Amino acid sequence: MAGTLEIKNIRCSYGRETIVDNFSLDFSDATLNCLLGPSGCGKTTVLRAIAGFEPIQAGEIILDGRVISSRGMTVPPEQRGIGMVFQDYALFPHLSVADNVSFGLHKSGKTEKRRIAEEMLELVGLEDYLDRYPHELSGGQQQRVAVARALAPHPPLILMDEPFSNLDVDLRERLVLDIREVLRQRQTTTLFVTHDQGEAFIIGEHVGVMHNGCIMQWDLPYNLYHEPCNRFVADFIGQGRLIEGVLAGPESVNTSLGLLKGNCAYAWPKDTRVDVLLRPDDVLLDVEGGVDCLITDRHFKGAQIMYTLRTPHGDELLSLMPSHLDINAGQKVRVGIDAEHLVMFRQ
Amino acid sequence: MLAMIVVFPLLVVFSGWMQTGNTVWQHLAETVLADLLINTVWLLLGVGVLVTILGVGLAWLTVMCEFPGCRLFDWLLMLPLAVPAYVMAFVALGTMDFAGPVQSTLRSMLGHDGYWFPEVRSTGGVITAMSLVLYPYVYMLARSSFLTQGNSLIETARSLGLSAWGAFFRVSIPTARPAIVAGLSLALMETLADFGTVAVFNYDTFTTAIYKAWFGLFNLQAASQLASFLLVFVLIALTTERQLRGRARYHETGRSNRIFRYRLNGWRKWGAVMAAGLVLVIAFIVPVLQLGLWAWEVMAEDLNSRYWGLLWHTLVLGGIAAALTVISAMILAFARRYRADLTIKSAVNIATLGYALPGSVLAVGIMLAFTSIDNFINTLAALAGLEISGQILTGSVFALIIAYVVRFLAVAYGPIDSGLGRIRTSLAEAAHGLGASAMTTMFRVYMPLLRPGLLTAGLLVLVDVMKEMPATMLLRPFGWDTLAVRIHEMTSEGEWERAALPAITLILVGLVPVIILVRRSARH
Repeated sequence: MAGTLEIKNIRCSYGRETIVDNFSLDFSDATLNCLLGPSGCGKTTVLRAIAGFEPIQAGEIILDGRVISSRGMTVPPEQRGIGMVFQDYALFPHLSVADNVSFGLHKSGKTEKRRIAEEMLELVGLEDYLDRYPHELSGGQQQRVAVARALAPHPPLILMDEPFSNLDVDLRERLVLDIREVLRQRQTTTLFVTHDQGEAFIIGEHVGVMHNGCIMQWDLPYNLYHEPCNRFVADFIGQGRLIEGVLAGPESVNTSLGLLKGNCAYAWPKDTRVDVLLRPDDVLLDVEGGVDCLITDRHFKGAQIMYTLRTPHGDELLSLMPSHLDINAGQKVRVGIDAEHLVMFRQ
Repeated sequence: MLAMIVVFPLLVVFSGWMQTGNTVWQHLAETVLADLLINTVWLLLGVGVLVTILGVGLAWLTVMCEFPGCRLFDWLLMLPLAVPAYVMAFVALGTMDFAGPVQSTLRSMLGHDGYWFPEVRSTGGVITAMSLVLYPYVYMLARSSFLTQGNSLIETARSLGLSAWGAFFRVSIPTARPAIVAGLSLALMETLADFGTVAVFNYDTFTTAIYKAWFGLFNLQAASQLASFLLVFVLIALTTERQLRGRARYHETGRSNRIFRYRLNGWRKWGAVMAAGLVLVIAFIVPVLQLGLWAWEVMAEDLNSRYWGLLWHTLVLGGIAAALTVISAMILAFARRYRADLTIKSAVNIATLGYALPGSVLAVGIMLAFTSIDNFINTLAALAGLEISGQILTGSVFALIIAYVVRFLAVAYGPIDSGLGRIRTSLAEAAHGLGASAMTTMFRVYMPLLRPGLLTAGLLVLVDVMKEMPATMLLRPFGWDTLAVRIHEMTSEGEWERAALPAITLILVGLVPVIILVRRSARH
């Protein structure tokens, strides 16, 4: 199947400033992949290197077995056949919606172009907008057209640069789901970059967290949340607080909240001083065995309430509790820890 | 109301057709009309093509490409805007003509027949001289359009299989087309209205024919008929452009993103430097140096209180006219936006034609119109038993200012209208929704957003008024000589050295707004 991308140890720099160094990644076969990271982490540079807009100073980029970038060699973007979708939609303002969609169909005749444009627009739910102009469409509609346009020439790979961040939240979620469906239907391998983890988790089957030009962790969204491989990932993905502890055994740790036990073993020697990551969903109400904590803040989220707690030792915890457990700030609550995935970092 | 002030002189000009039995016109039509038409068409074609290539090409180079000095050239290339076309013309003749320093040097090195040199007083010469100072109109507007386009359009086109050149021609150019055409129409209107350059080159066009008809044959009707011919040209060009835009109105989509420049290597890099450098040297550095040289020779004699008086008058006229013109253009632009009925639309279309109206003809139109008003006032005064001298309007600076406003309204209207076009109507609605009155919306929403456009408009008008020659010569009240008038007096006698001081002053003063313009545009 087409759409296999291999990135081997690439380096990109502007002048003396190295943006991306020793970066590797590979995926294939109609998967939906995502690079997630704060702004300035180099994710857009990686995307532009794959598209052929940035030369690389070291390493190789290989698409379906063909080297498309290496040191001193960059296949021009137009010969790569990689689709692109931009944050600002980038619809050609002087062309109608149909002409935008059929822009990349160079070998087709006029009627063929029209037919494909109709088909693609139906796919994204805009079959009634063929002869409109971009400025007559809403932001969400424009991005649907942009996706249809990128998909029309059947590219093996589609790259999306923050495709949903110009849209408001309600629209975004619906559009993300629709676009994911379209991409799955068309069996197109996709890589998109974003700084929004909600977006990344909805669309990405695999997500890579990027920091300072490197991938910190390439994993399933579930694992990124529950088994972050370092402090940066733990901090960037989801919420949570670190508390101090001393390793009591490979799977257990002594903390101010008592002995905590998880299901994964650490190879560090006993008595190693560690920080233990506690997610809001690890901290549960425990009337019998728990520890009394002071509620310092609360945040109503509909189905749940997020409580900020202070332990008797002065540590801070976050706890996500069902909405019907309605306790005011300033009161005390008894909580216990139920962390199946106990995440620890050496101090 | 505003449009009426503009339309009135136009009507006066067209009214030349009402009078019948015009034998001079018959004579003109039979003898010179065909030549005039051909000359004008060649001039328009040549300047149009050259200005577009120079303006768009250089804008693309400096905005989208990375080469040594690209950020410097970015603003340096706007400088020729400060050089009036007629100054360029007399410098070109002074240096390149048979007796000028260039050919003299060649002769002394290679002997009389040892070299070939293109004829300077030719169609090619006029076209080149004009294009070199008019291309910044296209350059500036194309440049800002390329800047707001950013990269994503081009990159999308390339990911869809277009080469770099393909993307340039099929995406960048069409998207920038309104800006390019706007710049081009400014340059062409300037070409049509030009008198000084073609006069220096002895190249017969409608403007020189009008001038001759008026001053040679003392036939105002023939002059105004020739002028209306000229107006028809402009009308055709303008309506075509407005029709072409059609439905595809260009709003900003999303924000403009940062520009990733193409990195040029090897011969391309130095080719870019050469191209940009050559234009700059020919269009600005050489003329300024030559003028400086000439001015130095006559400095001791000419730099006196008379010169300072000329400078002061030029600045005062320019400032007042710029302010009035910008205000008028704003009123027009807002009227068109909010009351887009047929009356307003056609009023705006006609009002902005003033720019193509040759200064001398406009002057005559205004003179005629004001004379009749003066007569009317005098009659009223006489009825009331008052003694008033005849020239209330015609003999004052007022007439000249009105001429400037009428003539340069289009210059101010362009940037203001396009600035207004980029402000979505929802912004004003949002302001009204927040309880802002029309006045508050004007000053807190529109004015800040329009400021770059207003500034551009004001500066363009200021520079143009200072360079304006024929209308000033005819309408200035006694004692209101300007620098341009002085230049004409000296060049018509072939005294290039003595025209150099006012010319270089015009360039220097013209540089100030250009540099402010450059600073502003760099900050965005």
